Amino acid sequence: MQIIIENLDYTYKLNTPFAMQALKNINLSITEGEFVCLIGPTGSGKSTLIQQLNGLLLPTNGKIQVEELVILPNSKRLNALRRRVGLVFQYPENQLFEETIFADIAFGPKNLGLSDAEVEQRVKKAMALVRLDYDKLKDRSPFALSGGQMRRVAIAGVLAMETKILVLDEPIAGLDPLSRNELLSAINELHKNLGITVIMISHSMDDVAKYAQRVIVMENKGIIMDDSPREIFKHAEKMLAVGLDIPTVTKLLWELKKLGWPVKTDCLSLVEAKAEILQAVRRNTDA
Amino acid sequence: MLSDITIGQFIPGNSILHRLDPRSKILAAILFMILLFIVKNFWAYGILALFSLILIVISGVPVKYVLKGLRPIITILAFTMVIHFFLTPGRVIWEFWVFKITWEGLVRGFFMSTRLILLVTVTSMLTLTTSPMSLTDGIELLLKPFQKIGIPAHELAMMMSIALRFIPTLLEETERIMKAQQARGADFETGSLLKRAKSLVPLLVPLFVGAFRRADELAIAMEARCYRGGTGRTRMKKLEWQLIDTLAISLVITLMGLSIFERIFL
Repeated sequence: MQIIIENLDYTYKLNTPFAMQALKNINLSITEGEFVCLIGPTGSGKSTLIQQLNGLLLPTNGKIQVEELVILPNSKRLNALRRRVGLVFQYPENQLFEETIFADIAFGPKNLGLSDAEVEQRVKKAMALVRLDYDKLKDRSPFALSGGQMRRVAIAGVLAMETKILVLDEPIAGLDPLSRNELLSAINELHKNLGITVIMISHSMDDVAKYAQRVIVMENKGIIMDDSPREIFKHAEKMLAVGLDIPTVTKLLWELKKLGWPVKTDCLSLVEAKAEILQAVRRNTDA
Repeated sequence: MLSDITIGQFIPGNSILHRLDPRSKILAAILFMILLFIVKNFWAYGILALFSLILIVISGVPVKYVLKGLRPIITILAFTMVIHFFLTPGRVIWEFWVFKITWEGLVRGFFMSTRLILLVTVTSMLTLTTSPMSLTDGIELLLKPFQKIGIPAHELAMMMSIALRFIPTLLEETERIMKAQQARGADFETGSLLKRAKSLVPLLVPLFVGAFRRADELAIAMEARCYRGGTGRTRMKKLEWQLIDTLAISLVITLMGLSIFERIFL
């Protein structure tokens, strides 16, 4: 197990009148090389949970272990941990700060204490991963880019850290469909080619169905479901009840079933769904 | 770290202090501050300290929380104390090399720090029990009479309420950016002072960019809702001066009268 979380509680602003519990008794373990999607309605504790993973928030109670590093409520010196877990925040483009794109992406690798040549290598690689043209863009100001490009610069800044675990908080929110697909397939390639563990928060169930190997559903400070996407989306009513969606193809099959078509509803991709529907049509015409 | 800042924070509640008219609270706080600089003996300070303590108790705000608000002034406090201890001429009670502590210095240092503590406590009681909205409403109404001599009461109050409104937002944003940079290996907590100060520079750029963007958006949003300054503007919640407000003000004025009497005649 690469990540083990045991009995984790977290309360914001502990010991003030504004104290608010955000996580309650979380138990979770994640294996190396998994692609995990974390879904749940807003306020369910997703963002809080992922910040625990690289020590930006420390547990109020409980324990987190990332590889051999143990995080306890009073842990200090978390830099070693942050080198293992790369975290991309929501709307990361709002956090750009350097004068040039190169300098911004190089911020992380430089903090790792790498040589200039290595830093340049990493920046080049990271920019290629998010499909930004190194030679054309490296000396431009990040603030002169479009929103989607700024997002990619920000993500490249985390990718350049080359961590074994990559955590993303709604990386595609607010992007156009093309950029979304590009970004997600870039992340998926990283996962496939380099064996990086990916933990991603997403509200797009189509993307969850497409990329996730495992889906964790959070609601009201805790984990309510943890299974493969196929199993998770079998519980369409439950998903809708907690305010979540199901993938478009699954929804289509549910509607067909309601109309009396003899279809299975646990298909995740268009191809599967097409096969299932064709089969159902054939069965109907045969009968 | 940033969540330690309690200045300007409001804790909702339903105590007498919460229900007072903001105007009477502001006036009382100002009078109390003047009062702090009038009194000059132990007994009077004792009474004022007791008075502040009673305020905290009836406000229902946790004492711990008020004390936490004093944390930022600890350095100033220590500094004032030391300066007064060593630099006031008078009867020497302790001496080492060139350093002398005098009895007068001890007394003045003690008074000065009590003043500062009470000053911060009482003003934070004002902000802790008054929502920013009613606070600025109060200020606007208090400034109204001065409009005749050219003080833009409404604009000042609006600027204040916007500033107050954005303090928590900016703090949140700062924390978010800090976290994002920490996630990329930035280190704000260790190293020399210079190193730590330098690590703050990358923080300021996105913060300013964000603040300007937000200011622009706010201006557009206000214009979109036809905001055009204070003339003819009505308000949803009208402030009402009640008996209890008169009582509160009279209490502070009585305390003031007593202390002036004490300074002159006793």
